[in-house]
Parts: sequence; C-alpha cells; structure tokens
Amino acid sequence: MPTPREVKKRIRTVRSTARITKAMEMIAAAKLRRAQQRVEQAKPYALKMDEMLGHLAAASTSEIVHPYFEERETKKKTLVVIASDRGLCGSFNTNVYRRADHWLQENEGTDIEIVAIGKRVRDHYRHRTRPILEYYGDWGGMIDYDHARQIVALLTGRFVTGETDEINLVFTRFLSTVRYRVVLERYLPVARPETSEAKGAASEYIFEPSSEEIYAALMPAYATTKMFTALAESFASEHGSRMMAMTNATRNAGEMADALTLEFNKARQTQITKELLEVVSGAEALKG
Amino acid sequence: MMFRLSILTPERVVYDAEVHALVAPGAEGYLGILSQHAPIITLLGPGKIEFHDVDKKLQVMAVSKGFLEVSSNVATLLADAVERPDDIDIERARAAYKRALGWLAATRKGKTGVDLLRAQAARARAANRITIYEETH
Repeated sequence: MPTPREVKKRIRTVRSTARITKAMEMIAAAKLRRAQQRVEQAKPYALKMDEMLGHLAAASTSEIVHPYFEERETKKKTLVVIASDRGLCGSFNTNVYRRADHWLQENEGTDIEIVAIGKRVRDHYRHRTRPILEYYGDWGGMIDYDHARQIVALLTGRFVTGETDEINLVFTRFLSTVRYRVVLERYLPVARPETSEAKGAASEYIFEPSSEEIYAALMPAYATTKMFTALAESFASEHGSRMMAMTNATRNAGEMADALTLEFNKARQTQITKELLEVVSGAEALKG
Repeated sequence: MMFRLSILTPERVVYDAEVHALVAPGAEGYLGILSQHAPIITLLGPGKIEFHDVDKKLQVMAVSKGFLEVSSNVATLLADAVERPDDIDIERARAAYKRALGWLAATRKGKTGVDLLRAQAARARAANRITIYEETH
C-alpha cells in the first residue's frame, strides 16, 4: 500500500499534466478555427478555377497544348508528403506516413525523390534510405504563402524541365473538426479536361486574348491554388487532430486523478485505522 | 436588369451579390459587362473594377491580375488580390513602387538576377494601387 503522501504527489503530477493538455487543447481549438475559416474561404476560388478550366477545355475544339498536361513515360517520380511540424496530434502523422510508405512500396524500383513539408516528415524520412530533395517547414501552424509559392515553383520547374515525370501529393483532406481523410493525388501532369468534339453551345465562348494565352496564365494559377488548398486542409486537419488528442488526454488525466483520489482516501483510512489500533493496544497494555 | 457577380481571391470571397453593370480591366482594354452578356473568358490586368450594386451605388475596387468569366448571367472574377480603396495600404504600395523602379533600373544597367517581367508586373500592380487610392482620397 503506498503512503498517502506518495499518492498525493502523484495526484499533483497528474493534475498539472491535465492543465497542460487543457491549455494545448485550447490553443489547438483557436488555431483550428482560423485554419478552418481559411479552408472555407478558399474553397469557392478553387472550385471556380476547376470549373473555368473545364469550360475552357469544353469550348476549345482542338487539343490543348500546355506543358502541365504532358504525359510522359515515368522514369522519375516525385512524392510530396505534407504533414505537421509538431507531434502530440494523435495519429495524424502516422496516418500520412502509412499512405506514403504504401505508395513507396508500390513504386519500388522506380527512381523516386521526396519533398518533405513539415519537420516531422523530414525526420521520418531522414532515418530511412529515401533521398529528400527539399524540405519546407516550421511555419508556426499556418500557411506561409511565400514558401508555398516556392514549393510550386520548384515542382512545376522540375516537371517542365523533365527532371521528374510525375508528381504526387500525400496530404489530408479536412472533412470536419474531428474528421480528415488521407489522400494521394496526382499533382502533375494535370489530367487533360474533356474537349468537345462538336461545336456545341459551350464553344460560343469569347476568349480574350486567346484560349492559348488564357491557358498559359490559368495553369500556373491552377497549380498554385491546388498546393494552397492541400496545405490549408493539412493544417486544419492537424489542428483538429491535435485538439481531439488533447481533449482525450485531458479527460484521461481527470479520470486518473479521480481514481488516485480514491486510492488516497483509502490509504489515509488505513493509516488512521492502524494508528488507532496502536493507541488502543498501547492503552490495553498499560492497563494490564 | 441585374446579374450575379462573385469576386473571389485565394484567401477569401470579396463580393457575391447581384449588380447592375460591371467594368473590368480585360486583356484588350476595359470591358463593360451588362446583364445577358455573351459567354466570355478573359484575362484581367492590373486595373480598376467598377460596378453598381443593388442600391445603384458605385463600388470601386483595385484588382491585381486574374480571370473573368461570364456565362448564363453570372460573372465570376478570380483574382490574386482585390482591394477596396480604403483597404489599400498606400505606404506599402509606394514602397513597392520604389522597389520595382529600382529593379527596373538594375535591369537596364544589365544586372543579371533581376527578372524584368516580374519587375514590370510589380511596378504595374503598385502603380495601379496608388492611382486608385489617390483617385478616391
């Protein structure tokens, strides 16, 4: 039986841990709110961009020519893994690695380079035999737009110059505060949107200056938007996951403290009984 | 006669409501859009967007660069940045203008490492913000 003093010490430790996890939960909640807002505010733009690309393709009768659509024999592939800088966010990072590692296994034998976004991702692959081409991270829990643009420039640059033939992203889609889904999506080449064979109603679009020039301007914006969306959703999922993990930790700590309080009372009771017994037996001995 | 106008940037929804008439800086000069305009997709340069809202009040905004699509009486404007004149950070715009001029001077001297097109684009964006700010203040 532990002494009441020992139990009391443990209760104090558990309570102070609970205070920390509670604080982390609240910070995550605040960051989540901002990140979620960012995801929602950016959505209409991204959707419209997809739509505009579709309209543009549907309205052009000839094959669209833009480097981002070019499908080549894949000799070299790039995998961009987007996860978090910090831990203590439940299984968030592990889930992302699992998907990434699965893909790496499937593509065993192909020349692969990894772009790591998030400190955790870098650390995960540093100890494995995968070459990391570039690492970005330590953004303090939200998108750093300048760095995000650099990532886009790096990826599109490598694709256009033929240094890589296919680029995939592994990240998390933000579904709700408590839900996210790990996805693997092809970033480049972009799937060629359907072009209409016949001159239908859609082809009555006026293009200024020309559909080629609009493509030339639209595709880089499209690539940037895709990357921003992926990053924004990843951050929102991370904060959501961390908030959940910390809520659980706080609750567990509370339960533990309750159980320990019970133990403390028992120990105290035992001690009192023991002391009483000693006093009584002492008195008895004197009497005799 | 009105039509719907949505102005979207990667960061937020700037405007989404019915408007009477829209004037925007298209690739081949300013273009006016009225209700029932033919379907069009155009590039937008740095310039000024003007439209009359539901209360027929004139609204003015600065746009950097982007795209405008009109189809089935809906105009959608996608832009890198859109600001109302009061939201323009004039000090920042002036600083950007000076910086861009510096870059341009550097390219004329034949200095490498400075991207001429980017410098010109930066100057155009800054000049546009300054013009619109000064027009309305």
